[in-house]
Amino acid sequence: MAQIVPLADAVAAAIHDGDAVAMEGFTHLIPFAAGHEVIRQGRHDLTLIRMTPDVIYDQMIGAGCASKLVFSWGGNPGAGSLHRFRDAIENGWPHPLETEEHSHAGMVNRYVAGASGIPFAVLRGYAGTGLEGLPGLDGQPAVRRVTCPFTGESLAAVAALRPDVTVIHAQRADRAGNVQLWGITGVQKEAVLAARCSVVTVEEIVRELAPQPGSIMLPSWTVSYVALVPGGAHPSYALGYSSRDNDYYVAWTAISRDRDRFQRWLADDVLAADGQAGPVGRRAGEVA
Amino acid sequence: MSTPGYTADEMMTTCAARALRDGMTCFVGIGLPSEAANLARATHAPGLVLIYESGTIGAKPGWLPLSIGDGVLAETADTVISVPEIFNYWLQPGRIDAGFLGAGQIDRFANINTTVIGAQYTDPKVRLPGAGGASEIAACCREVIVVVRQSPRSFVERVDFVTSVGYGSGPGDRERLGLTGAGPRKVITDLGVLEPDPVTCELTLTGLYPGVSIGQVRAQTGWELAVAAQPAVLAAPAPAELAALRALHAMTPGS
Repeated sequence: MAQIVPLADAVAAAIHDGDAVAMEGFTHLIPFAAGHEVIRQGRHDLTLIRMTPDVIYDQMIGAGCASKLVFSWGGNPGAGSLHRFRDAIENGWPHPLETEEHSHAGMVNRYVAGASGIPFAVLRGYAGTGLEGLPGLDGQPAVRRVTCPFTGESLAAVAALRPDVTVIHAQRADRAGNVQLWGITGVQKEAVLAARCSVVTVEEIVRELAPQPGSIMLPSWTVSYVALVPGGAHPSYALGYSSRDNDYYVAWTAISRDRDRFQRWLADDVLAADGQAGPVGRRAGEVA
Repeated sequence: MSTPGYTADEMMTTCAARALRDGMTCFVGIGLPSEAANLARATHAPGLVLIYESGTIGAKPGWLPLSIGDGVLAETADTVISVPEIFNYWLQPGRIDAGFLGAGQIDRFANINTTVIGAQYTDPKVRLPGAGGASEIAACCREVIVVVRQSPRSFVERVDFVTSVGYGSGPGDRERLGLTGAGPRKVITDLGVLEPDPVTCELTLTGLYPGVSIGQVRAQTGWELAVAAQPAVLAAPAPAELAALRALHAMTPGS
């Protein structure tokens, strides 16, 4: 059964230095407030896992939380580069970042295998690409070939992802800790089921979950911690509650490009915040 | 030369939109591809089915979304499915007619790099975003259309990293690799259109925008560019196309 606790308590209980942490949400429902709480609690040496590192991991990488990154697309959607991600890889700042890189199709199938409790997934992918030759975090090839036992066809194999912790944001939970999310639901269900422990931040906690077309329900017994964090996806969004703050994503480019400006942002917008209200109300464009 | 009344990017987007036929299913990335696909839907291809990798099938945005996951895509889609489903059930089996890709670098066999610039993967000069959906879009869509601004930096003899396979090192490579789609059929730039030679698979200049010379295209290509016997001069954007494109931009919040 999920425990309903404050965000700071959920992060303290669930995420430890050195953990492999997946914070998912495909453009929609990105758990930014939880990411900021991880920064405030000074977690370090994390292996961060996410299909699209996005601004959330740019912030966490710049803040020094990560020593490793597993990902498939590291850009600021529609706005350009993630400069903290690039600075870590190109220049080792604030410290070197080891990476394991996949395609989206590979990453989703790694989560599917993790959720399914099997050691690997097969897909028709990677063939002929440079990705197939790259080492994983363990130094061994991250993509391998298997021969179909029925047809003899050669297919790509990728290892299951089993994060220590998966963190997601959802629209709502009920008082028993059942979680409901809808709109673009990405790979969150698989990421939660693949992980040993999970933290879900929600827009609201209701007495009873009303049916919602196209929604996914994660039963309370698949979730470890639920924390009420209205606006906890900002500058991403929660369909039905908020809109994507595209201005923030565009403004992030200038903040992240410069180390000093990034550190001022970190001090003012994350470290000085109490974490309970969520990073709502302050927009990147307003930061010095 | 007189001022044409449209920009090179508008010509490129219009040309890319024209490559899409009504009723096609189209896997759309953000930026120029999304612009072109939405222009096609607003003009000659109202039945174009736009599919974004966020899982939105049949999205009908009234403006240009900034990300592949903007709310307007989910709110206007025929259906919204999970990301594992979009890749496994829809892209992988070859259900999608056309995939639109951009490129950091592209070579004469239309192989695409969006991963790293520099000879060393582990010590890149520039870290680009990476594959995202592109590797499997290039492998599995029935055909691929590439939209990229042309320069000697982007049109290179050999890409530093193969993120998405075009024709590999030449004829027969796609078949050997088991890639099920036909590969890049058009590379649409801000100067003209390149298409693979049916025999050699080498990108060949087959179309020029009004006022652009073969010499100009050669100067922006990092290899000895093959040129068709008589490259077509492609029609400038029609007033209706320009109006529709500019209306999409005008409708876009923050534009």
